[in-house]
Amino acid sequence: MKKRQNVTIKGTKEGLVLHLDDTCSYEELKKELDQKLSANSRTQEERNLISVKVNVGKRYLTDEKREELKNLICQKKNLVVDDIESDVITMEEAKRLNAENEVMTVSSIIRSGQVLKAPGDVLLIGDVNPGGTVVAGGNIFIMGSLKGVAHAGCFGNEEAVIAASSMKPTQLKISDFINRAPDTIQSSEKREMECAYINEERQIIVDRLQVLIHLRPNLNRFEGGH
Amino acid sequence: MGEAIVITSGKGGVGKTTTSANIGTSLALQGKKVCLVDTDIGLRNLDVVMGLENRIIYDLVDVVEKRCKIHQALVKDKRFDGLLYLLPAAQTVDKSAVKPEQMKELISELKQDYDYIIIDCPAGIEQGFQNALAGADKAIIVTTPEVSAVRDADRIIGLIEKQKNMEAPKLVVNRIRYQMMKSGDMLDIDEITQHLSIELIGIVADDEEVIKASNHGEPIALNPNSRASIAYRNIARRILGESIPLQPLEEANKGVFTKIKKFFGVR
Repeated sequence: MKKRQNVTIKGTKEGLVLHLDDTCSYEELKKELDQKLSANSRTQEERNLISVKVNVGKRYLTDEKREELKNLICQKKNLVVDDIESDVITMEEAKRLNAENEVMTVSSIIRSGQVLKAPGDVLLIGDVNPGGTVVAGGNIFIMGSLKGVAHAGCFGNEEAVIAASSMKPTQLKISDFINRAPDTIQSSEKREMECAYINEERQIIVDRLQVLIHLRPNLNRFEGGH
Repeated sequence: MGEAIVITSGKGGVGKTTTSANIGTSLALQGKKVCLVDTDIGLRNLDVVMGLENRIIYDLVDVVEKRCKIHQALVKDKRFDGLLYLLPAAQTVDKSAVKPEQMKELISELKQDYDYIIIDCPAGIEQGFQNALAGADKAIIVTTPEVSAVRDADRIIGLIEKQKNMEAPKLVVNRIRYQMMKSGDMLDIDEITQHLSIELIGIVADDEEVIKASNHGEPIALNPNSRASIAYRNIARRILGESIPLQPLEEANKGVFTKIKKFFGVR
């Protein structure tokens, strides 16, 4: 029986793709990869770099193994690894991704000194009192009044928004941007149903809630007709 | 089996000790057996406010370290026929002399013999606060109509809500000046309760008589003619489960005042 190849190289429009079989052992794969690339590099004498994509199928690679494979391929003169694709992720990573895409509903009052942290979006049913903080990787929606600090998109998401039924924050932060309340607030001013976002001039703007419909269409997760 | 109530505020100087003394006194006036516990170790005051300073022989730290029995350390208030006792704090050591577990043990022992244990908490959120909280079943938060006091109260409420086996805290707003509140220079009671969103159990007007009485070592609650006294007595009755409407604030003029007194049937 003819031995199946563990490493196949395919040329696509985007460049070379290395398909690495996911059923053989890792050591075997490394050996074959090394052989194959060494053989190939002799025939190609051009000097310009060729980027390759690596597809490992259903094999899970730890960070060290990823590095090892990258190095192995890069050593072959004119190859640069663009990306390593894998069909599998760890449970941990999956949970993290899931949490980041989830809206966490919290029903409580965030009092002075308390910090509410969430990896993704937060829906808070209650107030944020002065001295209290809400930090979220995604958007922050507050059904009560925001009188403390809110930090949306804390991992660098500049698209994140903060919305509150009553917007009287001490500070607003989105990604790395910061905005604080004016030193004198007109008490007569109604601050109801407002949102904060980063505009084109890269400043945090507080505006009516309704403007979000046009500014952040991707907030909408509702699919299908009316 | 009695009930332990901790009186706390976070911020200093809002009237925790005065409130503890007066709620304790008012409960004793209602015929309940009350023990006041001062946990402000190193800065004790409750004994002075109660006028019992010169009778202290042993203190809380002596009890915890088993140098004496609990009943030896308790100071009896002669004004009440065996209804009111005080467990004074030590003055020579600091808050780290007692651990929360020891306090828990002490309070649960006192609960066997008394209807109400009123624990006077020190200011701050450190060890002393943790000690005071350890044995308590309920908490009363004292605040004044000042932004800083309300902020600290908010923090304290947050910490108490995190505690297991403790009921939701209740609020006392102390040192209210009606004129300032009316003119908007002081926080409104509604504003405070809305902000803190806990149940209001009493409001006490700012009254010079309170300071006078404290300096004489006689809790104001013993004086039936003072507005503050009525306020404290009302708090005590609310603790006992009676439902009493809040004292109207504008009753500063005598006419309404006497009417209200009649209405409540206070001497």
